[in-house]
Amino acid sequence: MLRRFDVHRATTVDEAIALRSRFGEDAALYAGGTELLLAMKLGLARWPQLIDLKPIPALAQVQATAAVVRIGATVTHWTLERDPEIARVVPAFAALERNVANIRVRAAGTLAGNLAFAEPHADPPSLLLALGASVVLQSAAGTRSLAIDEFITGMYQTALGPDELIVAIEIPVPAPAVRASYVKFQVIERPSVGVAVVAALRDGRFDGAPTVVVGAVDEVPRLVPTAELAGAEAADPRTAEALAEAARGAVDPTADLAGSATYKRHVVGVFARRALAALLTEAA
Amino acid sequence: MGKREIRVRLNGTDRRLEVEDQVLLLDLVRGLGLVGSKLSCDTQVCGACTMLLDGRPVSSCTTLAIEADGRTVGTIEGLADGVTLHPIQTAFIEKFAFQCGYCTPGMIMAAKALLDERPDPDAAAVRHWMEGNICRCTGYETIVEAVLDAAERQL
Repeated sequence: MLRRFDVHRATTVDEAIALRSRFGEDAALYAGGTELLLAMKLGLARWPQLIDLKPIPALAQVQATAAVVRIGATVTHWTLERDPEIARVVPAFAALERNVANIRVRAAGTLAGNLAFAEPHADPPSLLLALGASVVLQSAAGTRSLAIDEFITGMYQTALGPDELIVAIEIPVPAPAVRASYVKFQVIERPSVGVAVVAALRDGRFDGAPTVVVGAVDEVPRLVPTAELAGAEAADPRTAEALAEAARGAVDPTADLAGSATYKRHVVGVFARRALAALLTEAA
Repeated sequence: MGKREIRVRLNGTDRRLEVEDQVLLLDLVRGLGLVGSKLSCDTQVCGACTMLLDGRPVSSCTTLAIEADGRTVGTIEGLADGVTLHPIQTAFIEKFAFQCGYCTPGMIMAAKALLDERPDPDAAAVRHWMEGNICRCTGYETIVEAVLDAAERQL
């Protein structure tokens, strides 16, 4: 059961922004509801007004150009895991989407909502950060674009302004030599460790340094320092060990139901190796 | 805003219903006497409340009833044709795919959505699709067998 609230169906972005200005802190933005309604049912949050973004046609689309894949704010995980352009351009992200939560959450939940909630135990933020994705925000003053680590500022905290809404997530189309992978460890409903690796390969070596992000263990996704791996032989076991060591050192795990900090740090190393192995399998 | 009128095609029958915005789909449907869909975890984890909204499986415990406006809603009550059970229902009985039965309506609706999209899945596809539906009795083997059996019956 939920306490009483009113849902306002916005049909344009401008209308949604106007409603946000009108209601201020009394209103929450609403799309899939998979996080919002849960929080409200548990009594963790109460909003007397919800602004429904789903009727806005412009937010419901996936658009791909040669340079960028633009995912509208109300696009669901269900759509993303089936979208042919996503599968072609960023197959690792399509694979991640196929394994978010469960089929019902994917059918209703949106990528933008996942990011807006900034729940640390989430899959998309780490790979999106590694891919250099950005979150496009719009207010009456105009639009701005933030990198994932600028947008997610802490546990359940984001840079979303009180007068703004997410209109899209943009993923730059990776260069042809770039490979990406995401692997996770999950024993309960949400991932306890997720590792994303994005790297350009040339003749079996990293072209530059790989981008590695560890998600879910810490308060926010952590970018792993990898400068010393620039040019390293990707399939060399010493590379995997150096990557695992760097990943373990980059995180400050939160102890919770999924395990202690020591345990999680160990698992981060194991999954960093597996993420690299998955990337090499994809490259082969 | 008070009550809002919604038009829903519920198990093939057009209905006009008055609901307040905060009412959940599960409460609306159970309030109409269709109590096959069950409340269990209330957090989208278990799948006992699974209904099909325009053919897609949703947790009706965490879906607003107004979301059904202008759409179709399918529940376990809509599957059988009179006294003739749906092939998925028959398969669940013949494969002993339930014991207490509490999760079964949600299991069967989830399976229906799978087979509507993918009529001939392999066991891995069934497991992946159904992993968000929890059964504390059977150990899942018979459920996977029943869904595969239902697929064969429908082909």
